Amino acid sequence: MRLPCPCCGWRDLREFTYKGAADMLHRPALDDASGWDDHLHNRTNPAGETRDLWYHDPCGTWVCVTRDTVSHAVISGATLGEAR
Amino acid sequence: MRFNALSVLRQGLAGNTGWRPHWRKPDPKPEYEMLIIGGGGHGLATAYYLAKNHGLTNIAVLEKGYLGGGSIGRNTTIVRANYFLPGNSEFYSHSLKLWEGLEADLNYNVMHSQRGLINIFHSDGQRDAAARRGNAMLAQGDDAILLGREEVREILPYLDYDQARFPIYGGLYHKRGGTARHDAVAWGYARGADQRGVDLIENCEVTGISVDAGRVTGVTTTRGQIKARKVGIVTAGRTSQVAAMAGLRLPIESHILQAFVTEGLKPCLDHVVTFGMGHFYISQSDKGGLVFGGDLDFYASYAARGNLPGVEQVMEAGMTLMPMIGRAKMLRSWGGIMDMTPDGSPIIDRTPIDGLYLDAGWCYGGFKAVPASGWCMAHLMATDQPHPVARRFRLDRFATGDLLDEEGTGSQHNLH
Repeated sequence: MRLPCPCCGWRDLREFTYKGAADMLHRPALDDASGWDDHLHNRTNPAGETRDLWYHDPCGTWVCVTRDTVSHAVISGATLGEAR
Repeated sequence: MRFNALSVLRQGLAGNTGWRPHWRKPDPKPEYEMLIIGGGGHGLATAYYLAKNHGLTNIAVLEKGYLGGGSIGRNTTIVRANYFLPGNSEFYSHSLKLWEGLEADLNYNVMHSQRGLINIFHSDGQRDAAARRGNAMLAQGDDAILLGREEVREILPYLDYDQARFPIYGGLYHKRGGTARHDAVAWGYARGADQRGVDLIENCEVTGISVDAGRVTGVTTTRGQIKARKVGIVTAGRTSQVAAMAGLRLPIESHILQAFVTEGLKPCLDHVVTFGMGHFYISQSDKGGLVFGGDLDFYASYAARGNLPGVEQVMEAGMTLMPMIGRAKMLRSWGGIMDMTPDGSPIIDRTPIDGLYLDAGWCYGGFKAVPASGWCMAHLMATDQPHPVARRFRLDRFATGDLLDEEGTGSQHNLH
């Protein structure tokens, strides 16, 4: 699998560290305890198209990748600024 | 039909023409007392113990494909009880005791082989951790022996003892650990449940879960509506999708774990051996193939196949520990879908919906847990109370902070 880095183009999977679902980009309010539980632990976990966060180790860019969890097809990559 | 020496002899003389299918193929009835969604190891074991321990037989197991076609048929077959944390320790200890009586109980050869499991360690720190784990296992009533380097060499002469980077300091020997024939476990439980009157319904995919005023009333399937008072979700690998039908969002992310098998070899590896400086575990199947695996691929996936970096990492770890396997040809590899929870431990609990129960989140440790998982899930569904050895596998433990993080790696799904 190769992933698209917005700075470096398509790069080998081994250059990336996985963080998790892109839902994490949206943080709950500071005093929302159940919101934080949901944010930290629960996942939609789709079988199909998903957006998730990867860190490109060589250039230090966080990438929001749109890909398919069933076919492993990688569709696109965006910076977190674009993804939000 | 019971299996015994006489029946095998008789069938042999009769040309093996008298064997019958091990379970019926019933059509679903419109209503059952309880439904188990998922005809894998855990679901079939749950049905078996509901019938055997609790006398409940008005039960159906609904399987979207064929029985035992999921992770029970896609794992590395290791059975062990070497857990450390209270909560895990007593559960896996109970499971191993059930394994030890399983073949007699089921009248089925699951090829349970207690060949011994040896966790190799490579530093003073790892030795301390192994000693501590071993003491916890002894305190639980299980077995553990701390071996020094020369003692390991006597048992496992083929490891690489000369290398400087990951020197072998010793191993933690769990003699009652071993392997079992994975498919046979599903078949044995299926046959036992069927004999007690449980309906095993294959090619029956659940497409909806009916909930009325906070209480489950049944399910919709590809073979029609089925009503039930209680429904158990036992679909590790697809838990998030099934639970979503009831509007639940769970602390589970699906990941792939790859496994590998070589061509058949003469007996050369008598134990289950794990490498302490990289995640790698290996045993030899009764057919002769070396069966081994390593870490997750670390990203969410339902593909049931992995990527090449995962393959490379496992091969490197294997060659580092035991260079002799470099001469064996790898025959095939596959990927299983793991329900990963944020603390690496499973969930056997009620859900916020009355009558809906969850057995999920087995991460990559589900196979050895099959007997105790079925035992405890059956107890939960029959009595509405958690079984004492599974009482910490709560669904709400992430909100309350009562985590069971066996490896101490932190609260993120892919770190375990």
